[in-house]
Amino acid sequence: MPAVTETIETVQSVTEGTYKWGFETDIEMEFAPKGLSEDIVRFISKKKNEPDWLLEWRLKAYALWQKMEEPRWSAVSYPAIDYQDAYYYAAPVQKAKPKSLEEVDPELLRTYEKLGIPLKEQAILAGVEGAGETPADGGRLPVAVDAVFDSVSVATTFKARLEKEGIVFCSISEAVQTHPELVRQYLGTVVPQGDNFYAALNSAVFTDGSFVYIPKGVRCPMELSTYFRINAKSTGQFERTLIIADEGSTVSYLEGCTAPMRDENQLHAAVVELVALDDASIKYSTVQNWYPGDAEGRGGIYNFVTKRAQCRGKRSKVSWTQVETGSAITWKYPSCVLLGDDSVGEFYSVAITNNRQQADTGTKMIHVGKRTSSTIISKGISAGRGQNTYRGLVRVAPTASAARNFTQCDSLLIGDQCGAHTVPYIENRCMTAKVEHEATTSRIAEDQLFYCRQRGLSEEDAVGLIVNGFCREVLKELPMEFAVEAQKLLQISLEGSVG
Amino acid sequence: MLKIEGLTAEVDGKPILKGIDLEVPAGEIHAIMGPNGSGKSTLSYVLSGREGYEITGGSVSFNGVDLLALEPEERAAAGLFLAFQYPVELPGVGNALFLRTALNAVRRGKGEPELDAMQFLKLARERMKALSMPEDMLKRGVNVGFSGGEKKRNEVLQMALLRPKLAILDETDSGLDIDALKIVADGVNALRAPDFSALVITHYQRLLDYIVPDKVHVLMGGRIVQSGGPELAHQLEASGYASVKAA
Repeated sequence: MPAVTETIETVQSVTEGTYKWGFETDIEMEFAPKGLSEDIVRFISKKKNEPDWLLEWRLKAYALWQKMEEPRWSAVSYPAIDYQDAYYYAAPVQKAKPKSLEEVDPELLRTYEKLGIPLKEQAILAGVEGAGETPADGGRLPVAVDAVFDSVSVATTFKARLEKEGIVFCSISEAVQTHPELVRQYLGTVVPQGDNFYAALNSAVFTDGSFVYIPKGVRCPMELSTYFRINAKSTGQFERTLIIADEGSTVSYLEGCTAPMRDENQLHAAVVELVALDDASIKYSTVQNWYPGDAEGRGGIYNFVTKRAQCRGKRSKVSWTQVETGSAITWKYPSCVLLGDDSVGEFYSVAITNNRQQADTGTKMIHVGKRTSSTIISKGISAGRGQNTYRGLVRVAPTASAARNFTQCDSLLIGDQCGAHTVPYIENRCMTAKVEHEATTSRIAEDQLFYCRQRGLSEEDAVGLIVNGFCREVLKELPMEFAVEAQKLLQISLEGSVG
Repeated sequence: MLKIEGLTAEVDGKPILKGIDLEVPAGEIHAIMGPNGSGKSTLSYVLSGREGYEITGGSVSFNGVDLLALEPEERAAAGLFLAFQYPVELPGVGNALFLRTALNAVRRGKGEPELDAMQFLKLARERMKALSMPEDMLKRGVNVGFSGGEKKRNEVLQMALLRPKLAILDETDSGLDIDALKIVADGVNALRAPDFSALVITHYQRLLDYIVPDKVHVLMGGRIVQSGGPELAHQLEASGYASVKAA
């Protein structure tokens, strides 16, 4: 159909120019020597002034990693990665903590400006003392931000205010210094060092990331968010995030990611660990917009991420929501291990692949406790020559009596050169469990486009409307402030020629 | 308003319209009747600019503009509206959002200010009441889970909101019971004005009892073979299309 052909062309016209976050910040940086060795692991640990137990922990991970093989079971293909040809530590040179906007490196300020973060928050992000303590204009509920620039966290806002509630929100490097007992108690207990190839690599060389601890019975009064930015060339980003929700506490956390446009591929191998104790609830949202590479598949981020939550407590709940529009390759399965009786795991996902992007993503729901329940809603959108795979595991242990799972995987195809694949694994060892799986694949139909256009919508607006409708069940799970952002992002990811 | 001259069009190389001449003056409602396969739907799609129909000759002028040179959305902005025979479902797209997006797109095209959500809701509720549509239809996905009658009423609601200059109703009466038919007809009659015209495409004379046309045209084999007043519809109902062929 000609209308569909036109849509394909519209989608194909997505070129470098449309990735608005692709600039590079020229700022004084400090690097570790290129390559990976025990010495580099020691170098990073020393840079961060870590205690001996953490250095030993890293070295153990490094030893494990050396014996491991890169996984090849996913439906993505890419040339071999030379792990010795990258920097494992890059940090902006920071002098004393700035006291006002004037003292902040103007290049850092410009970066935040270009990323669309308003001036008030710029002052916050750049780490000006006190700037984060007054509510943002318009009485909008403030969002506490941890900004990670390459290997280090440059600033965390609203810390003092959160401390009043007993909440710890800081970079993980800082937590190692200020709350070593909490870090030691929980680090690696959800994703052990030897869990998989990338998790082992991360455990050896992780540089920064966020740490959150919500004490018993506390509802976190604001959204917490971390903003990850890869800036330096040939640098891998290995962040590590650890969130602990103590009994009866509640927290909502959001991460956003961007990177400059480059011809080279850059590696991002993060580990995120979540722990929810009795009656605790964690909502973890991701808007992932790493540079996806150009129309021919040159450059882009390899996003190999291990995210896992343990619902340790009774009636605890973890909800993952992700909007994945970026990266050349996404390899990511945010999971829930449902240990506590009556605990709940949720996974809501939108993944878009355009041009030559590849995504192999999904979730794992491991039911152990009684009456545990999980919901999986996955929406995959493929355009251009994108390949989109949903890979999910639902495992019900014999102990998980009356466990329930509902899975729904929908794929939307735009054009005739893309692919959508659904690979559900279901392992049920419990007679009383109920597991449901639904899957659909559809196209944006010519009659839908024509219907919209006859009502006065441009073709691009029509595609945006239809795609957003397709993703609605997932987008409504995002915090309000970010839902609007995500909708725009979906449109931009598919519509190159506009904006 | 609308002037069609010698219009010919084909689908997949097969000629469907074989020379249509038709003029609809401003303020008039014309009916086009004809048996299945005579080219009725093709005519409505060609006028509204759907892809897949190749125009091989002739011209269409709409208020002095070359209609065939415009994109479908430009035709909509110029005031052309097609009520679909089979309204399309848009899962997950809220009816209210869709109607407002469409209304504002057309308003932009006319150089009128856009309506915000509150202004739109007020207007939509008013128009829905007139069409006996339950308000929850605004909250549902566009046409998703709508009955046949609800879909058609949703089309008329869109027409009432967009206030086109020319409405093409493509077998809007098909699948409607008598009550729904009256509601749809009332919706069209309410739009009657000196600067509003309509092209009512139908199989049966029934709808024309409620929307009384100024002229009736019979389309057969890709040509208009007979034109007349409203009495022509009754004549066709009585003696069938075969009588036209004979004549």
